[in-house]
Amino acid sequence: MPEGKLCNKQTVDTKEQLNALLADKSGKQYYQELKALDVDGDALWATLQKTCKSRLRTWLEICAHCGMCADSCYFYLANNKDPKQVPSYKIQSTLGELVKRKGQVDAAFMEHVMDVAWSQCSCCNRCGMYCPFGIDMGVMFGYLRGLCFSQGFVPWELKIGSGMHRIYRAQMDVTTEDWVETCEWMVEEYEDDWPKLEIPVDKPNADFIYTVNAREVKHYPEDLAEAAILFHIAGENWTVPSEGWEETSLAMFAGDWAACKMQVESVYDAMDRLKPKRMVVTECGHAYRATVIEGPYWAGLKNGQTPVESIHYVEWVAEALRSGKLKIDPSKRIKEPVTYQDSCNYIRNAGLKESAREIMSHIAEDFIEMKPCKEHNFCCGGGGGLNGIGRYREQRNIGLKVKRDQILATGAKLVVAPCHNCWDAIRDLEEIFHIGIRWSFLKPLLLKMVEVPEHLKPEE
Amino acid sequence: MYAFVTGPLAWLSFGIFFVGILVRIVIYIRGLNWQMDRVAYQAFPAAGIRGAVRSVVYWLLPYGTHSWRYYPFFTLLVFVFHICLLVTPVFLLGHNLLLQERWGFSLWTLPEGVADGMTVALIIAGVFILLRRIALPEVRILTKPYDILVLVIAVAPFVTGFCAYHQLGNYDAWLIAHILSGELMLVAIPLTKLSHFALFFLSRIQLGMDFGIKRGGMKNKGMAW
Ligand code: SF4
Ligand code: SF4
Ligand code: SF4
Repeated sequence: MPEGKLCNKQTVDTKEQLNALLADKSGKQYYQELKALDVDGDALWATLQKTCKSRLRTWLEICAHCGMCADSCYFYLANNKDPKQVPSYKIQSTLGELVKRKGQVDAAFMEHVMDVAWSQCSCCNRCGMYCPFGIDMGVMFGYLRGLCFSQGFVPWELKIGSGMHRIYRAQMDVTTEDWVETCEWMVEEYEDDWPKLEIPVDKPNADFIYTVNAREVKHYPEDLAEAAILFHIAGENWTVPSEGWEETSLAMFAGDWAACKMQVESVYDAMDRLKPKRMVVTECGHAYRATVIEGPYWAGLKNGQTPVESIHYVEWVAEALRSGKLKIDPSKRIKEPVTYQDSCNYIRNAGLKESAREIMSHIAEDFIEMKPCKEHNFCCGGGGGLNGIGRYREQRNIGLKVKRDQILATGAKLVVAPCHNCWDAIRDLEEIFHIGIRWSFLKPLLLKMVEVPEHLKPEE
Repeated sequence: MYAFVTGPLAWLSFGIFFVGILVRIVIYIRGLNWQMDRVAYQAFPAAGIRGAVRSVVYWLLPYGTHSWRYYPFFTLLVFVFHICLLVTPVFLLGHNLLLQERWGFSLWTLPEGVADGMTVALIIAGVFILLRRIALPEVRILTKPYDILVLVIAVAPFVTGFCAYHQLGNYDAWLIAHILSGELMLVAIPLTKLSHFALFFLSRIQLGMDFGIKRGGMKNKGMAW
């Protein structure tokens, strides 16, 4: 059977395809079909020749096989230093082999490549900082995932995820109507406590547009309300776009570059349409990475920048605290020891470590750094899409041990985690290991401690 | 024999070395692509240069990076090995006498005892690098015969040079072996992974620009390598 009904090289562009995939519980049939999927070796080789150039070729070739990257990878550490988890081994035995065999491989090999690319690397890019040549497996595995995707070898959830982006321009089936209704609903829900609270939709020329993660809309709409309340308190002139509001990209995790482009272009179109001065992205790491850091390249923007300046939520908070738009009631600062989860995506790969420290200096009295921290921090263990892939649950759970031990070593019981994936991973690690911690986004913490100007308080 | 290996063969090997390295550099740079690599190389020259310089300089400094500090002993081996490998042949008295004779100029030279010591240090470092390859499971799994071959190619000129200098056995034979192994190394540099002689810099510059321009370099003081 060259192509499966569910598992094939086609992209998911219709609701029928999507529903068929969703109906296949945990992807049972999908993975069955995957085993018999034909590999188009010639197409693979053609792509490799076209795209595996200077940087990747050189990395594959000059790797000194020195093993200095070993301890940098949390998978290696969490798996009792299993040599098969050394970053260099992982890439040489997959991408390296593909190149060596000129793409002529079978389905069993591709299935193995898929397993390594999604369950042994979360594209956290930490190893790249420890290799003398700067060989960055996060980049290499990202590339390899694209090759896998083009051949139909991609975890079931991510095939669905990339299809969602293609169909809904969101990682979940949230339509424009759902989104706008959620905004209205949240205002209704909270306007008694916050008179004049607004979530302005499609207001042109605002100071910034605010964009989110579809999960917030679908599962945690309070997050949106909290964002609105904080903007309200800070007196911001802001808006949300009715279309192009989704920042995340399961397509990036899947290696579906065409869908990545469609997704970010929906956001850039909103910028063009509404002409805001800036964009603020919610507390999500990979969303920021996808739409702000990588997105311009997918969309072919030559200067690598989004059409208008884009900042992460932590940058907005740091700015608001610095300028006094948000004031913290000193008596309500966090008194207990608290630590911060530096997200790979906006700290290591986007340089926002100082914003995070600035925020913590305002809101916490006993801030304890993890070791290592900032750009050297370990991935939470759930990045690169790993949190959402059932097939690799066990591998993910093993990887969480490193973050568990890092948190335990701080002695803190509260972890600030302004990234959806990190937040989920830390929640799951508490569920598995019961180390007695709590974890939080910034918004609920800030809401508990900001000073509310008199004129914004409800009349008694 | 001596005339041949120091004449046409030397010309040939130096030729392959220089041309080969140049070709490597040109191919590398031409293969870069802002959109495929997702780095706007040309859009922000200042940030790019800053990132590139940081990425090279910190890694050239012994113990200059987190990674070098994390593996103190291996770092010692790496730096001893590379410093001796590059410095000894260029500033060796014998080589400079030859240079004077053939080309009419010479460079500053190392005292002979120092050069001898550096040769021994390089050989010892090479042996430890080899032992480490075999002893540590995380390095063993990566090791291919090719890696050992490359190490042997790099160390051979020093072993043979040492033997010739100390006249252990047949001087003439050692000398010829020394020259041949040296020439083999020159040829091997562009043709094998010894090409990291040049590609180390290109790769570090590339990643430095990546972090400098795209991944945060314009938002902070630069990556803390
Ligand atoms: S990118 Fe992260 S997870 Fe992947 S190999 Fe490197 S250190 Fe490991
Ligand atoms: S540290 Fe770099 S050169 Fe050494 S094995 Fe790892 S990837 Fe290869
Ligand atoms: S989930 Fe968080 S820590 Fe993990 S890769 Fe993503 S941003 Fe990094």
